[in-house]
Amino acid sequence: MSNPADLLYSASHEWVKIQGEEAVVGITHFAQESLGDITYVDLPAVGDSVSADSDFGSVESVKAASDLISPVNGEVIAVNEALADAPEKINADAFGDGWLIKVKLSGKPEGLMDAAAYEEHCKNEQH
Amino acid sequence: MKTIFAKSVSGRHAENLVLEPAENAPRAADMLPAELLRKQPPRLPECSELDVVRHFTALSRRNYSVDANFYPLGSCTMKYNPKFTEQVAGLPGFTRLHPMLAQLGRGAACAQGALQVLYDAERWLCELTGMKAFTLQPMAGANGEFTGVKLIAAYHKARGRKRTKMLIPDSAHGTNPASAVLAGFEIVNIESRDGMVDPQALARAIADHPDDVAGLMMTCPNTLGLMETHLAEIVEELRKVDALLYYDGANMNAIMGKMRVGDVGFDVVHLNVHKTLSTPHGGGGPGAGPVGVSERLVPYLPAPRVERREDDSYRVNFDLPQSIGYIGPFYGSFAVLAKALAYMMRLGGNGLTRASEYAVLNANYLRKRLEDVLDIPFDRICAHEFVASAPEGLRALDIAKGLLDRGIHAPTIYFPLIVKECLMAEPTETESKETLDEYVDALREIVAEGREHPEKLAAAPQSLPVRRLDETAAARNMILTEDMA
Repeated sequence: MSNPADLLYSASHEWVKIQGEEAVVGITHFAQESLGDITYVDLPAVGDSVSADSDFGSVESVKAASDLISPVNGEVIAVNEALADAPEKINADAFGDGWLIKVKLSGKPEGLMDAAAYEEHCKNEQH
Repeated sequence: MKTIFAKSVSGRHAENLVLEPAENAPRAADMLPAELLRKQPPRLPECSELDVVRHFTALSRRNYSVDANFYPLGSCTMKYNPKFTEQVAGLPGFTRLHPMLAQLGRGAACAQGALQVLYDAERWLCELTGMKAFTLQPMAGANGEFTGVKLIAAYHKARGRKRTKMLIPDSAHGTNPASAVLAGFEIVNIESRDGMVDPQALARAIADHPDDVAGLMMTCPNTLGLMETHLAEIVEELRKVDALLYYDGANMNAIMGKMRVGDVGFDVVHLNVHKTLSTPHGGGGPGAGPVGVSERLVPYLPAPRVERREDDSYRVNFDLPQSIGYIGPFYGSFAVLAKALAYMMRLGGNGLTRASEYAVLNANYLRKRLEDVLDIPFDRICAHEFVASAPEGLRALDIAKGLLDRGIHAPTIYFPLIVKECLMAEPTETESKETLDEYVDALREIVAEGREHPEKLAAAPQSLPVRRLDETAAARNMILTEDMA
């Protein structure tokens, strides 16, 4: 599956969709594929602040538990409540229904990749 | 298979020789407040003796153990435990001794043999690791890690400073961050470079957190089975800021008689006695996780400590004002420590060294023979274990299940996380060349099957009491209750 061109990507495999002052954050298709079947997601609460390069939760699969690293600074204004009962949404639709949190941005995100750079990054990681 | 509760039949029972309590002995109702008393008897299964014997014999036959088959679980040192250590731990003089005795009045005089076991075990561990002293109290590895990290905290606290960061390389054991967080530290992850701790990344992390780094927790050889090549630089970097070095001794089986971590400059080490020193592991019995320290941490060790007087008698010392306190009950898992001492004394220094040499030799033999079967990401001499990736197009999980079908326990899979489709094997020194060859043949056969008949491998195992389990459903929809009614 190709990585949507309208998103930005982090080296730790999160995606960001910037919508004005807000941003939606999720993990990429590549990430969900590496993790395998996701069994549990631990997300922050609305009102929590997240900061770039720090963890804001974790995702657990049959293989491993991994931290979720925030690609942006800001305050959580929504979380994907549906994932509590249906974490498989991330496997099924990582860039859509499987979104994780919505953040009110403080400052412009930095150090993120576009789709082409991220594809290259994934290729290097496979070795 | 039915649970023992499902086999219960009302009124069925077994005979035994329990003595009736004395006529006027106090009853629970005389001693406990009414609200703590049961309203009705516990719903225990009602079975005949034969029901119980058959039930547990059937379970034991389904069990898989190193006594029956090869068990190459990486990062766990599942070596065979010789039975003579059980004889030692089972001596009536030990098993009939009450742990309070040594602490009562003149009681220590009646427990001198047991106290000497603890004292000698500590001296042997000090000799093996080059540390100044050990506490034998921690009940297993993670408890030992917690103890060690608390000792690091006590060291900084005694110097009137607050340090909040613990540096942990991504090649360390997964329990390290958990132990440090439990002790109140924040984790700073150090990324490896080419499978090694990168001294430059370490220096940057220290510079990023001035006066706030409490210590570094290292697993060495690391979880890739590789010996760190920059130890001297790493020790020096941490010394500069008076941060302490923690050595996770889970991989001690690779270095006995070859490297003493105290000589290298580590301040704390925990040993998994139930791995390296041949006492039963995991479900096979309780563990023990002694923690060794350098001289500057001795005052903070848990209380009590067993000491030898000038007249060669032994005592239990509780008068340790700077101690971090009690970590486990009494003196640790005594019987486990007695087994470890017996093992060390039977092998001696040369024998322990040889055990490590064979463990490393066996791992390298496997690594070399598997070069054309699996992908080996680090093509260099390994320590006691090595990592491999499932070859292109195959999954580690399927290979693991294929091994189960061939009577071999799967190696550790999907760990460490930094290796894709990882299979991590540790043969240990106790396995013969014939067993290792069988393992290689089995893997070769499985990989070929995965290529030619992927549907067949995806259906493995076929020969075990249960077939392929739906691990995803089990994790997403947990049912952890048993209807005991």
